[in-house]
Amino acid sequence: MIEAILDMAPRWALLHAPALLIMVPLFLAPLLAILPSGRLSWLISIFATVFALFCAMILVGQVQASPVGVVGYDVGNWPVPIGITLRVDALNSMILLLVAAIGVLATIFSWPTVKAEIPERKHPLFYSAFLVCFAGLSGVAITGDAFNLFVFLEISSISTYVLVALGAGRDRRALPAAFNYLIMGTLGASFYIIGVGFLYSATGTLNIAQIAEMLPELAGNRSVEAGFAFIIVGLGLKAAVWPLHQWLPNAYAYSPSFVTMFLSATATKVALYALIRYLFTVFRPEFAFEQATFTYLLMPLGLAAMITCSFQAVFQTDVRRTLAYSSVAQVGYMILGVSVGTVAGVSAGLFHLLNHAMIKGALFMAVAGVVLTFQGTTIRDFAGLGRTAPWTMTGFAIAGLSLIGVPLTAGFQSKLQLGYALFDQGMWWAVVFVVFSSFLAVIYMGRILEAIFFRPPINPRKSRKEAPILLLVPLWILALANIYFGITTELPLGLARDAAAAAFGLEAF
Amino acid sequence: MKSDHHVILRVITKTLIPVIVLYGLYVQFHGDFGPGGGFQAGVILAVGVILYALVFGVPSAMRAVPPAFTRSVAAIGVLLYAGVGFWALLQGGQYLEYQALFQEEPGGHHGQHVGIILIELGVLFGVSGAMLTIFYAFAGRVAEIRDEDW
Repeated sequence: MIEAILDMAPRWALLHAPALLIMVPLFLAPLLAILPSGRLSWLISIFATVFALFCAMILVGQVQASPVGVVGYDVGNWPVPIGITLRVDALNSMILLLVAAIGVLATIFSWPTVKAEIPERKHPLFYSAFLVCFAGLSGVAITGDAFNLFVFLEISSISTYVLVALGAGRDRRALPAAFNYLIMGTLGASFYIIGVGFLYSATGTLNIAQIAEMLPELAGNRSVEAGFAFIIVGLGLKAAVWPLHQWLPNAYAYSPSFVTMFLSATATKVALYALIRYLFTVFRPEFAFEQATFTYLLMPLGLAAMITCSFQAVFQTDVRRTLAYSSVAQVGYMILGVSVGTVAGVSAGLFHLLNHAMIKGALFMAVAGVVLTFQGTTIRDFAGLGRTAPWTMTGFAIAGLSLIGVPLTAGFQSKLQLGYALFDQGMWWAVVFVVFSSFLAVIYMGRILEAIFFRPPINPRKSRKEAPILLLVPLWILALANIYFGITTELPLGLARDAAAAAFGLEAF
Repeated sequence: MKSDHHVILRVITKTLIPVIVLYGLYVQFHGDFGPGGGFQAGVILAVGVILYALVFGVPSAMRAVPPAFTRSVAAIGVLLYAGVGFWALLQGGQYLEYQALFQEEPGGHHGQHVGIILIELGVLFGVSGAMLTIFYAFAGRVAEIRDEDW
């Protein structure tokens, strides 16, 4: 399919795909802000995300076809040390594909929920903020410049605060959640930029590839080590690595349903990408301080996230909060995979990243459908919905089983890969934690599924009411993807393996 | 507001605002050759309107420079900036490559001049529009200060 797209794509798209991928959404965003019509801005957003997906597919194809595995683009035709370069390899082309694909599905399903949850005069501005966020996330993934990465990180974060705060129409608690997120997110970004400052003072360049080249000579340099610490904390905050995840549950629980769905599947993933980029491409696992970070910091934090946040998820009464805590726990799995420090570990982490985006995307989409038709998100509100909205809830159940890691679902495959990677390094005890955390997932998803399928409806007036078709189609695309990639893992696992190899600077295998 | 209040303030403000705007434009066009540029000029221009709002009240400032207008100006600024990039693409260059704007030979500077002026103009619109939009969003929330409370 990707070859077909490379064949049919016009020459200008092939030449300028990296720039067009971020600039088309970024150009259309201010245009939406001055449009009067919400429906038109929705259609334009679909166009922008579909176009970005098209560019992302071209990039994936170009990276696979390229002999060095890298596609570069100098903005303004300024060469590397002076100008900003966009640099795509197997690692970020995978992330770009993920962000764009989720963006398309999210935009398509958004219209009914946005119509219900956002005041009408704010529709164009809402979609404008969404496109800015989308462009920012793609920009973080595509740029090859450490400072430019900060700029895109802020572009995406600031628009995210706005999007989260717009949930105030449904629940006023969205405002403190957005404010909390703003403070934490700004702290994270400041830490990141301080770290980049340290690296700049040591190396004299902001280009990520150049920094990576110069670092081995600077072994033992204190400002490099300080920069490393600041960057890990800053990006860890954005990626919601335990215990820096406090902003996440409220932000996910109270923002508009569409925003929750889009963010849960992309925002933390992109920050995690940046973290992996720094851990493996810029700094190397061979550095003594990084090995220590893996063993004494990231691995314990990953395990702690898996256990404590799964426990917290068990005790939530609100479905969206349960899923939000589960998200932090899933970030724990990814961090655990990364902290193994081998190619297999990173590819397991990235594979879980892809699968988790599909799982949480589907789950939050189904929840959005319930918010739309029944205006409730507590587990009590979900009681008996298996009979009143079977299609929505079956999609929810499939994704839920995938989250638990039932065989024949995508979630099972990524936990399997994680287990292999851990066993390879003789860390069988960590596998015990993975299994235990999955057991907790059985409990918290089981509570919701039990309410959906086995309890009678609380409110007898809740007659048969399915979510609108615009929502069901993307939901079922994601749900079926969960099953399809649970049976044949070739595509996502191949992407994840190439990406992990690219992160280490190895030839794809 | 009665006209005999704060006469000095009003008169001085009225004479200051044209000077502020002129200085803003100076900083804007001086940005090509020295310190200055769209960001600083945008802030200075916005400050002119904010000073007007402080002295004559936010409602009259909103009548003179309506919020819908400031929002559009901010959006147009970004469109202008990104538009120059697309113009360079259409002329066969990289994104934002000024040299490609008029398809010049390497020695030519016409594209560089036009490119940077348009970009800075975009920044001017973007910054002044965004500054005023933020100011209105905050100032519009508080009740007007009565004359006796000054």
